[in-house]
Amino acid sequence: MKENRKESGANPRAEKQKKGSKYTDVSGAEIIQDENFHVMSPGRMVAKRFFRSKLSVVGLAMIIFVFVFSFVGPIIVNATWGYGETQVFKIERISSMVTTASFEAADGKTYNYYDESQSHIYFKAPLSWDHWLGTDTSGFDIFVRLMYGGRISLTISFLVIFLETVLGVFFGGIAGYFGKWVDQLIMRIVDIFFCLPGLPILLILSATIASIEAIPAEHRIYYLMGCLTLIGWSGTARLVRGQILMLREQEYMMAAETTGIPARKKIFKHLIPNVMPQLIVTMTLGLGGVILYESTLSYLGLGVPFPRAAWGSMIALADPSKGQEILANYPNMWVPAGVLIIITVLGFSFIGDGLRDAFDPRMKR
Amino acid sequence: MWKYIRKRILLGIIILIGVSMLIYMLSMLMPTDYIDRQTAAAVQNGSMTQADVTRLKELYGLADKSFFGIIKSYSTWLTGAFTGDLGFSFLYGKPVSDVISEYMWTSFTLAFIAFILEIVISIPMGIRAAVNQYSGYDYTVSVLAMIGTALPSFFLAALLMNVFCIQLGWFPLQGLTTATKIFAADAHLEIFLDKAWHLVLPITVLVLLGVGGLMRFTRTNMLEVMNSDYIRTARAKGLSEHTVVYKHAFRNTLIPLVTTLSGALPGLFGGAMITETVFAVPGIGYIALRATMQGDIPFIMGYNMFLAILTVVGMLISDLMYMVVDPRVKLK
Repeated sequence: MKENRKESGANPRAEKQKKGSKYTDVSGAEIIQDENFHVMSPGRMVAKRFFRSKLSVVGLAMIIFVFVFSFVGPIIVNATWGYGETQVFKIERISSMVTTASFEAADGKTYNYYDESQSHIYFKAPLSWDHWLGTDTSGFDIFVRLMYGGRISLTISFLVIFLETVLGVFFGGIAGYFGKWVDQLIMRIVDIFFCLPGLPILLILSATIASIEAIPAEHRIYYLMGCLTLIGWSGTARLVRGQILMLREQEYMMAAETTGIPARKKIFKHLIPNVMPQLIVTMTLGLGGVILYESTLSYLGLGVPFPRAAWGSMIALADPSKGQEILANYPNMWVPAGVLIIITVLGFSFIGDGLRDAFDPRMKR
Repeated sequence: MWKYIRKRILLGIIILIGVSMLIYMLSMLMPTDYIDRQTAAAVQNGSMTQADVTRLKELYGLADKSFFGIIKSYSTWLTGAFTGDLGFSFLYGKPVSDVISEYMWTSFTLAFIAFILEIVISIPMGIRAAVNQYSGYDYTVSVLAMIGTALPSFFLAALLMNVFCIQLGWFPLQGLTTATKIFAADAHLEIFLDKAWHLVLPITVLVLLGVGGLMRFTRTNMLEVMNSDYIRTARAKGLSEHTVVYKHAFRNTLIPLVTTLSGALPGLFGGAMITETVFAVPGIGYIALRATMQGDIPFIMGYNMFLAILTVVGMLISDLMYMVVDPRVKLK
């Protein structure tokens, strides 16, 4: 018996493996672990907290829907019917306009005037089984164009946020870690970029980009989004710097210091991973902002050039300064695009909020 | 304190010089000069030669697009800007500072009314949502607030126009005054009412877009205060819930609210570009968008600088207000 104990004491790991969830405490009494007790990794804990909130699940569902709609949708349409966003459909229908007037002529009789004029319209088809949302002013299928517009919006928002984060983490990390004049210099540059008025600058840049002939028209939006990154990285840099200033003073960083690893490793291995939770939340919330920006630019006609679709330019059809006809009579042309923008932006903010609560329950608001 | 203010103002000036350099470079890169476009026809039919156009550009300091040329014209512009001369707008045929000061008041009126309405609506909502956290009211208001922030302004404007201008016919579609009506010169009340009638929808758009953010901000800060120890003490003393919420908690929530809101005040002069354009309200945003689309470089420069100054002033005000509102803060 004694022998046995000694052996087990010398090799606690083996004992643990043998006995499974049973173990003896100091007094010698055997304790059986509760079966409901799980060891969870931080990642799983975050996931569990995330999925517990209804709003974040709804947000996730919304984003998955938009993704499937705009990335899988066009493939299905192309495989089944074999057309894309710029396919023109001429659907003939007859529109008749009736004008009536009655007037009293000089001879005292009242004349009734009736005129019916008929015209053939090929575009702006109403909703039908072939074209669920009808066709627009150029005869494109609106439903299909919504899919392609979503592709552009989502691709661009992810690209911009990714680049912004890379720039922001790099400069914010350096500024926060090194402090002193490096910090001063970088933060003044950040201040300058922070004070740049976003939309007017983008308007200027888009005019400049449009004039460079080396850039093909369909690539313009990507260059413009590169510029959007240059304007937007300052917020991320501020966030990262602030967090790193706080983390730098903590004990574990002193431990890292004593191991003598290079600064690069200290920043990117020990500091940045601790900023990640906040960073992921800001990135998710930022995605919606970029989509709004992109759609505003498209609305102003500065986004993806004409034959290609963008949600913003679809809403621009309803611009009353170009005539009220579409605004008044064809809500099928512009309302769905707006609804999709709202769904996407809302989905990202639900997910962002859910993630914030999940990463740090203390931050729960 | 004065030392701090002086330091901040100095810093603001440095930032502004940096911003002005960036903006100047960017606007000089803009290709389609207003001059080119205006003179294109004259050059075509031979009434002007290319040399005339170049001379005209030199007059405005826009001819030399090399790096040093830009620096030279920038220094001319900067010295002018310090004396309050922002150049001459091509499109509007007036000094830039005149155009800005003429149109910014329309924008300010529009934005200020919306701002007041936002405060009046969102702060009580935020307080109620925070006090009843996780209640049905809290969820409803939070989701509505998020929808508000997710709305693109031009889409909301189009929806409102469709319903209220076209279907119901309650409000005019665009503009600031009824173009077909002629008012007597002394009919101030009528002119005022006409303008107010035109501004209802633009203000609605701005309020609906802004309410969400402010409501969530109030709610977040209120929750933070509601969880602090002295609130528990106040409750333990047996104070009524009303006193606890409005006397103890809300007064401390006011600190971040006042600083942020006062910082946002200068920005109201900057104009709401998209909303003003959709409704064709002749505010500074609408004017600036037109100028940008047509390549009126002096105006673009002036307007962007104006916006940057507003941002810097806003930041300064909000820092100073922080000190005024919260006596615990001592700035060095």
